[in-house]
Amino acid sequence: MENAFGQPQSVVVLGGTSDIARAIVRKLCATRAETVVLAGRDPARLAEAAREAEEYGATRTEVVTFDAEDPASAAPAVADAFERAGGPVDLVVVAVGALGDQSEFEDDPAEATRMVSVNMTWPVAALTAVRTRLLAQGHGRILVLTSVAGVRVRRSLYLYGGAKAGLDRLCQGMADSLVGTGVRLQIVRPGFVRTKMTTGQKEAPFTTGPNEVAEYVVRALSSNAPVVWSPPVLRYLFVIVRHLPAAVWRKVADL
Amino acid sequence: MTRLAGWGRTAAATASVVAPSGEAGVAALLARGPLCARGLGRSYGDAAQLAGGTVADLTGLDEIGPIDDAGAVTVGAGASIDALLALALPQGWFVPVTPGTRQVTMGGAVAADVHGKNHHRDGSFARHVESLRLATPRGVFDLSPEVDPDLFWATVGGMGLTGVVTRVRLRLLRVESDAVLVDTDRFDDLDGVMAAMVEGDERYRYSVAWVDCTAGGARTGRAVLTRGDHAPAGAAPPRAPRAGRLRVPFVAPPGLLNRLSVRAFNEAWFRRAPRHAVEVPHSLGSFFHPLDGVADWNRLYGPRGFVQYQFVVPERAGETVRTAVERLARSGLVSFLAVLKRFGPGDPGHLSFPMAGWTLALDLPVGAADLPGELDALDDLVLEAGGRVYLAKDARLAPAKVAAMYPRLAEWRAVRARVDPEGVMTSDLARRLHLVGR
Repeated sequence: MENAFGQPQSVVVLGGTSDIARAIVRKLCATRAETVVLAGRDPARLAEAAREAEEYGATRTEVVTFDAEDPASAAPAVADAFERAGGPVDLVVVAVGALGDQSEFEDDPAEATRMVSVNMTWPVAALTAVRTRLLAQGHGRILVLTSVAGVRVRRSLYLYGGAKAGLDRLCQGMADSLVGTGVRLQIVRPGFVRTKMTTGQKEAPFTTGPNEVAEYVVRALSSNAPVVWSPPVLRYLFVIVRHLPAAVWRKVADL
Repeated sequence: MTRLAGWGRTAAATASVVAPSGEAGVAALLARGPLCARGLGRSYGDAAQLAGGTVADLTGLDEIGPIDDAGAVTVGAGASIDALLALALPQGWFVPVTPGTRQVTMGGAVAADVHGKNHHRDGSFARHVESLRLATPRGVFDLSPEVDPDLFWATVGGMGLTGVVTRVRLRLLRVESDAVLVDTDRFDDLDGVMAAMVEGDERYRYSVAWVDCTAGGARTGRAVLTRGDHAPAGAAPPRAPRAGRLRVPFVAPPGLLNRLSVRAFNEAWFRRAPRHAVEVPHSLGSFFHPLDGVADWNRLYGPRGFVQYQFVVPERAGETVRTAVERLARSGLVSFLAVLKRFGPGDPGHLSFPMAGWTLALDLPVGAADLPGELDALDDLVLEAGGRVYLAKDARLAPAKVAAMYPRLAEWRAVRARVDPEGVMTSDLARRLHLVGR
């Protein structure tokens, strides 16, 4: 069960090998998390993340593998993860995503489909299954990592940004659908984060590391804010960004 | 589905609330599946809620029987101390033990084995319970310290997890007036007030100190000690308590109770108290139930709510109280007036909170990033000193520490398993602390 500070005891992480997810898990294990189920693609990296969770205080870890390019794998992966949690799940973190250098594949329809699949279709399929399970349980919390890249989509990464935008908007509606049910969905919108996913990318203003994102996430567990910006200043910056004329945005977006 | 929370308004749960009107209704609910008992929701944390489950609202079991010549009365588990006093006070009877609010039910008072300002002399609630009726998945039992004492003592302080208490037979206290004669003393530091309590508490039936945990430096732990006893006949006769006229109409914006406002309040409150006053008459209501003066005062803490942290440490560990107060003053965490009290010996309840020693209770608004860690550190201090935290107030203890704080937990589980082997009785508190398995 969650405590008064929103600290969970049982956690399922979809995309459990991502740097941000691992930073979140470390913080949760240092407080009250006991059972951690990590789902991801690479068994070796999942095992490493599970070891790390135990090192930080988890008493039981489990791993589940899935392929985010195949949306049909989402529901079975969620079922498996809940099964392995072996009881009520307090928190589900959805941290599945892929970035890459769009200029290398933007002429390839198969690659475009893959980007939308990993960043939106798979997460949506998984969220649908998670939502049903938490509703049946009568309590629980979902954290979905989207991105500020979806708040105003940039020319140089419109596939990633567009897919994240779709996920973000969809989650706003899903969060509303959960009001009054005892289940809560919170959206996390990080800015540029230095991770293995962004290696080689040009850093944006207000770049942070994964631990900083995790810190804002943990705080949000206690405040119940529907949208978490990381760092928080981006909330205000993006009020401006959202309203920039297109011509100006094209000039400044990829500076 | 209904949204429920404890008095601290943290970690709310959505549950299906059913209100049985009598013992038959309770039995039917117990046969149905996982169940959590709830009274007036005055436990601060998650003791009376079950997220996604069924919660029995027992306030319908509010029958109050006649009071016999010796002051014994049979009261439905859902009747409040307030309702009991409305009937008993005009006849010259008072409750033998009362917490800071009258808005607790008999069932809740038993489940948390509540204590009051007279614990050093009169013990906790259980000491005044002649018998009680407990509905369990394995049938209904009439329990007393003589009849099935194991189950009786597992039930008092058992946080509602041995079954549903449906009625309580209680021995009341004879009073001759509506007044308490109160001696007040103000102390500029913690050592002074603790020494005075050790030296003089035995002379008073009631004793409690309010400690300022926001004052820094040499004034750390300054306190106001109030002690007294019921006034003899001659003063105003006992009368039914009056409801407070004030109410907090809506949830305050976050941050209303911040460092500045709380410090200012504590300062004003300290200065208002006389340095030394003797036998000043206070009404029963203002002396025992100051919290009932303003309805819904918990809303002042804003949307995130607050946690109450109450611990007890053995007599010899007075130093731990001082360390805790100093840590808090240093941390800059906002803490409203803390309550300090000396307990007498505890009762045989397996999970009953009080033990001979010092207890300190603090109200802390949720929001400060360092609060969870600071409280974890206090837990360690308390454990080291051989103490424990109060489950009726808890909303955040680490489950691994419960067995160390309550060494008879395993024994309690065994007694409980006798009447509830399938684990029907549960709560979010029980699940969070793994009291009865997840």
